[in-house]
Amino acid sequence: MTDAGRLAFLDEFRSGPQTRGLLEELVAGNSVPLKVMEVCGTHTMAISRHGIRQAVPEELTLISGPGCPVCVTANADIDAFIELALLPDVIATTFGDMLRVPGTRMGLAEARGQGARVQVVYSTLDALKIARENPDRSVVFFGVGFETTAPTVAAALLEARQTGVDNFFVQSVHKVVPPALEALSSAPELAVDAYLCPGHVTAIIGPEAYAPVASRYGIPCVVTGFEPADILQGLIMLSRQKAEGRSQVEVQYTRGVRAGGNPAALALMEHVFEPCDAAWRGLGTIPGSGLAISEEFAAHDALRRFPVDVSYSREPRGCICGAILTGQKTPRDCGLFGGACVPEHPVGPCMVSSEGTCAAYYQYES
Amino acid sequence: MCLAVPARIVEIDKQMATVEIGGSRREASLVLLPDASMGDYVLLHAGFAISRIDEAEALETLRLFRAMLGEGNVAEDD
Ligand code: SF4
Repeated sequence: MTDAGRLAFLDEFRSGPQTRGLLEELVAGNSVPLKVMEVCGTHTMAISRHGIRQAVPEELTLISGPGCPVCVTANADIDAFIELALLPDVIATTFGDMLRVPGTRMGLAEARGQGARVQVVYSTLDALKIARENPDRSVVFFGVGFETTAPTVAAALLEARQTGVDNFFVQSVHKVVPPALEALSSAPELAVDAYLCPGHVTAIIGPEAYAPVASRYGIPCVVTGFEPADILQGLIMLSRQKAEGRSQVEVQYTRGVRAGGNPAALALMEHVFEPCDAAWRGLGTIPGSGLAISEEFAAHDALRRFPVDVSYSREPRGCICGAILTGQKTPRDCGLFGGACVPEHPVGPCMVSSEGTCAAYYQYES
Repeated sequence: MCLAVPARIVEIDKQMATVEIGGSRREASLVLLPDASMGDYVLLHAGFAISRIDEAEALETLRLFRAMLGEGNVAEDD
C-alpha cells in the first residue's frame, strides 16, 4: 500500500457518497423522537459546518452540550488569569481561543493594551520554552481544557519540575467530562435521550467512564469521531439502541479509542493533579469535576504563588451561554445573538471560541 | 480545544517525533504515547500524540459504512 493510499482511507470518512448513504440509512431507520446531545464542542462545530442538524430526520433533535472548555470556564477564573497577566514581570501564555474572551472588566486583548505581556502558544511545551528563555520573568500558562488537554499540561509541569524551570506556573481550571454528564443526566428538565460522547476525551479516559451514565440514568452513549460519516454513524447507533430499548456505552470511533483509554496520559494526570470541585458556567459547582494542581507540584501553582482578588467578577449581562451549554436554549433564543453579540464583538464566550455553540450557529447556521 | 488531527510519525528522537500532517512537518511529543513507532498514524493534540490511529479498525468502520450503503462488493482490504 502506498503512502498516498494510506492517507486515503482517512479521507473516506469525509466523502460525499459515504455521508449520503448513511444519512439515508438514518432517515429510513429513525421514526422515534430522539433528543441527542452532542457533548463535545468539536462535534458542535462539525455538525454546524456540514449542515447535519438540518439534514437529519425531524424526529431527531440535536442539542449542544457543555463541551467547549473555554465556554464552561467561569468568569471568575477568566478574571483571575487576566489579573495574573497584568502583574509586573509576568508573561501570560494561553491557547489562542482565550484571547478575545471577555472578562468582567476586560479581556486578555485589552489587558495587552494596558501593558500585559500575553503570548499565544500552540503547545504547553512552547510555554515552557518561553519560561526557559525568560528566567527573570514568571511565565503563567492558563490551563483550560478537558481530559484531552490536561495530560499535556501535566507533562509540561512534570518537565518543569524535573528540569528546574522554577518560573513556570499553571492556573489549572481543567475539568473532567463524566461528572458533568452525570449532573446533566440527573436534571429532569433537560430530558436528554442520548449522548454523542467526545472521541478525543475518550481516547484518554476510555469508554468505561460513561458506564454509570448509561446504566444509572438509562441514557445510551456512543463515543463518536468527528468526520461527517462518523457523526451520522454515531447517530444511527444511538437510534438503534433507543429502538431496541438498550442503554449502553458503544464506540463508533474505534480507530482512535481503546478500552481503558491512554494509560500513560491517565497516570501522568493522576500524578500532577487531584480532583476538586469546579464551577462550570451554566451548570454551577459540580463535585469532583475539576483538576487542581497536587501538593507535590504546589510550587508551580500560579494562584498559590500569586493570589489575586476577583470578588468583582460577574457573568456577562444578557448572555444566556449557561442555558445554551446545558442544552436548554439555542443561540437563536438569545436577544443579543447576531446583533449586540457577534464574533467581532462577543458578549459571551460561546461566541468567541472555535468550539462555541453561538460561534458555530453564527458562522454556519444563521 | 479537544481538536486532534491525524499525523504520521516520520522520525523519532527519544521522546520527540517529527510528524507529517498533509504536506507539512512538525514536532510532536511522545510523552503521552511512549510506545508509538515509526510510520504510525497518531492523533495529534496541542503538540502531543495522544492516541494511535488503528488502521485495521479504520478499515473495518469503512467496511461497515459500505455494507450499510448496500454495496454488494464489500472489500475486506483495500
Ligand atoms: S449570542 Fe452572545 S450573548 Fe447570547 S448567549 Fe451567545 S455568547 Fe452569550
